[in-house]
Amino acid sequence: MASLVGSRVERKEDKRFLTGKGRYTADINLANQTYAIFIRSPHARAKIKKIDTSKALKASGVVEILTGEDIAKDKIGGLIAGWAIRSEDGSEMKCPPNPPLAKDNVNFVGDPVAVVFAETLDEASAAADLVKVDYKVLKAVASLADTMKSEAIHEGIEKNLCYDWLLGDRQKVKEAFDKADKIIKLDITNNRLIPNAMEPRACVIDYNTASEEITCYTTSQNPHLSRLIMSAFGGVTPENKLRVIAPDVGGGFGSKINLYNEEIVCSWASKKIERPIKWVAERTESFLTDTHGRDHITHAELAVTNDGKFLGFKNETIANLGAYARVFGTVTPTYLFGPCATGVYIMPAAYSNVKAVYTNTAPVDAYRGAGRPEATYTIERIVDKAALELGMDPIEIRMKNFPTEFPFKQTLVHQVDSGDYVAGLEKAKQMSDYDGFAARRKDSESRGKLRGIGVTSYFEACGIAPSPVVMMLGCGVGLWESAEVRFNPTGQVTVYTGSHSHGQSHDTTFAQIAADELGVPFENIDVVHGDTDKGTFGMGTYGSRSLTVGGIAIVNACKKIITKAKKVAAKMLEVSVDEIDFKDGEFVVTKSNKKKTIGEVAFACYLPGVRDEVKSPLPEGEEPGLTETAFFDPANFSFPAGSHIAEVEIDPETGEVKLDKYTAVDDFGTIVNPTIVEGQVHGGIAQGIGQALTENAEYDSTGQLITASYMDYTMPRADNFPEFQLGFTCTKATTNPLGVKGCGEAGAIAAPPTVMNAVINALDGQEIQMPATAEKVWKACKSIKKINAKAA
Amino acid sequence: MKKISIEVNGKKVKKEVPDHTILSVLLRDILNLTGTHIGCDTSQCGACVVHVDGKSIKSCTTLAADINGSKVTTIEGLSKNGKMHPMQEAFKKMHGLQCGFCTPGMVMSAVDLLKNNKKPSDTEIRDWLEGNICRCTGYQNIVAAVKEAASKM
Repeated sequence: MASLVGSRVERKEDKRFLTGKGRYTADINLANQTYAIFIRSPHARAKIKKIDTSKALKASGVVEILTGEDIAKDKIGGLIAGWAIRSEDGSEMKCPPNPPLAKDNVNFVGDPVAVVFAETLDEASAAADLVKVDYKVLKAVASLADTMKSEAIHEGIEKNLCYDWLLGDRQKVKEAFDKADKIIKLDITNNRLIPNAMEPRACVIDYNTASEEITCYTTSQNPHLSRLIMSAFGGVTPENKLRVIAPDVGGGFGSKINLYNEEIVCSWASKKIERPIKWVAERTESFLTDTHGRDHITHAELAVTNDGKFLGFKNETIANLGAYARVFGTVTPTYLFGPCATGVYIMPAAYSNVKAVYTNTAPVDAYRGAGRPEATYTIERIVDKAALELGMDPIEIRMKNFPTEFPFKQTLVHQVDSGDYVAGLEKAKQMSDYDGFAARRKDSESRGKLRGIGVTSYFEACGIAPSPVVMMLGCGVGLWESAEVRFNPTGQVTVYTGSHSHGQSHDTTFAQIAADELGVPFENIDVVHGDTDKGTFGMGTYGSRSLTVGGIAIVNACKKIITKAKKVAAKMLEVSVDEIDFKDGEFVVTKSNKKKTIGEVAFACYLPGVRDEVKSPLPEGEEPGLTETAFFDPANFSFPAGSHIAEVEIDPETGEVKLDKYTAVDDFGTIVNPTIVEGQVHGGIAQGIGQALTENAEYDSTGQLITASYMDYTMPRADNFPEFQLGFTCTKATTNPLGVKGCGEAGAIAAPPTVMNAVINALDGQEIQMPATAEKVWKACKSIKKINAKAA
Repeated sequence: MKKISIEVNGKKVKKEVPDHTILSVLLRDILNLTGTHIGCDTSQCGACVVHVDGKSIKSCTTLAADINGSKVTTIEGLSKNGKMHPMQEAFKKMHGLQCGFCTPGMVMSAVDLLKNNKKPSDTEIRDWLEGNICRCTGYQNIVAAVKEAASKM
């Protein structure tokens, strides 16, 4: 039987999505449901003086109106930070309370203060307009650069500073810098982004007054964790009385990792009003209240020798947490960022210092790549600047500093098990026709255009683990994953995973893995996820962990199945276990070629007896049934890596940047389904290019989000992109049995510096900040001599 | 209230709805055709695209009352006798979808493109789909799917 791992199998999930039969949260309607509308602060920072609901309560169709005072009275807990980070001086990070409905203070535009439940959406909307909230407006802290000089927005959190964190050795870095021929300096911003999953957040809640069970359908990347937080920290109801279902979810990209105010409020309220509740975000609500991403200001320095060897690196960053610290908010700019700061290079000394601050803006949390795009952007931009200042080729300087032996002990934390950075960059160089660039540049210039080429080599740390290490670093939970593999008596298999697919194709790839392990046809395997009542507790999907952690749990559960089934087969075939081989779904006696299929064995496990004789196929001590559970906690992170090369052409008359060519060569270890992996890479690259060229979340000085719709926030469209050229190299991960590394975030990590290096190369090395909009580029073109000379 | 008489996916529909009822709301909440999605409120994302009298339109900014007497086709009406439309088949074959949320609108829009242009170039496909946002695929496999469908239709 041919292996399915590595095959371009078409997706199991597609037919339902293509025929309109997907079931997303907003598609769910329950009998007798009420509709919720949240009343949100229009101010970035204010004190709530009074909320008057009297007029609204009398409006048509209103069932109930609840406020921050009501939720405080019921002692419902708020949202939490998932990681506790310590400052360089040893002090614990400082986190403000984040109640589900604000009672005394609001801290960003969109912070919810009250909620209306009514018979129809129109009635809820109309009544919401009648709720009067009296605010005392305070001066907002909206500018990241000025935050630490501004008034504290949360009581007791001086300088608005959550922590001042250090990774690395300042003294060693100083010594390295003292020996340098040259210090390269770079000041950059990593622009704030809004993840923009196409499905707006939503929840539908059902409370059963008899069983006292709450069912919460929600748009979540990790329903199990949402249930845990809502029970353990929210105190809404005990875990056994709460079922969280994340059905089909229309994209996440990190924005649906968190449990949100609305899920807690509606779950709590459904118990009070004893009616089902439906809430669906409008797009502007999503812009205002989904967690945002990135938003760093960084000063970096690289110490080099004249021949381009790196000696040391420092990274001083201010990271915006927004108004509150959420689940991955505090770890994204620290342990997901700092260790990757030195990139794919041998760097004798380095440190990352991060000051994470609060502002009156939406909470900032993990967004595709989470910390690693920011780290990669910094190192890859400064390496290019070093090449420029030293008069070296960008590929040459990278090659010169790559490690060539693996495992590679990376400067700050990671022990990188495998990789071949030289091969990846060589392949990208060849595929992109790097050597032909000079001719293409000449051609562009003959047409009055500027042409630039940009290179990036990256690595990332995925599948965040093992649990004892992440918990030692401050994580509030372990980051293992679970799987249950269940044979039906008639031979089909159901695989339950604790991870969650919201576009990643688990129905297909996990079935491919199980099919290979069990020798059961792909068609006979179903994958179930996203329901806390189905399968074991799991940790969800983010950080490219589904395959590298969750996929391996499936492999391990399958191996347990085979171990048991082999014993049963041995008894059925009347031989000892070591006389049997398992291959392609059959247990075969090596000497006699007598065999039992795994289906026959599964059947016997569930029906362990025969007519007219007391005889069991089960060996002494074996239980009936054929179902196994496994929890996998990896020994280390996994480390995908690669090199991307982009070419842009700029029209100096308009400043328009045309992305002309994009080549990506990635090493994800073993590839389970090349088609699906390519799709993940395309999507990641597109988001990364969006960051580099078009996207920017902009708050004004009063804390109003002025990019709160698709008319203002420039989402990349089909006509923004060329056809991407993809290539792969493969060094297998040594830390898991499949050799997989994860692929979901790579594109978003590599693309921003690749494109910006190309833009800045076209601009003769003039620094501009992301996004490279036509206006910024046009201004930069003004000071380029060769254009001015031509114009004159 | 407005009386509306339309044909949806080949079936006659008569309803009395509030004047301000949007077509996407009529389809999703009254007719339970939840394949048509709502991804924004500003006619930008295209997740709500359906066909009215054979032409693709954004149903989130169309009043139900305004299309009285029309024939509407939604994603649910594209398959015939349990067989997917060649465009749906092509999206599956070329992996032109990931989370599936933008997909119904994307497919309906692409079907209309091929009515207007039987063999569109890559650039023409990308230009036509400019009104449909996909956050997952980077559009590459969507373009490939439309080309694949064009070769089969």
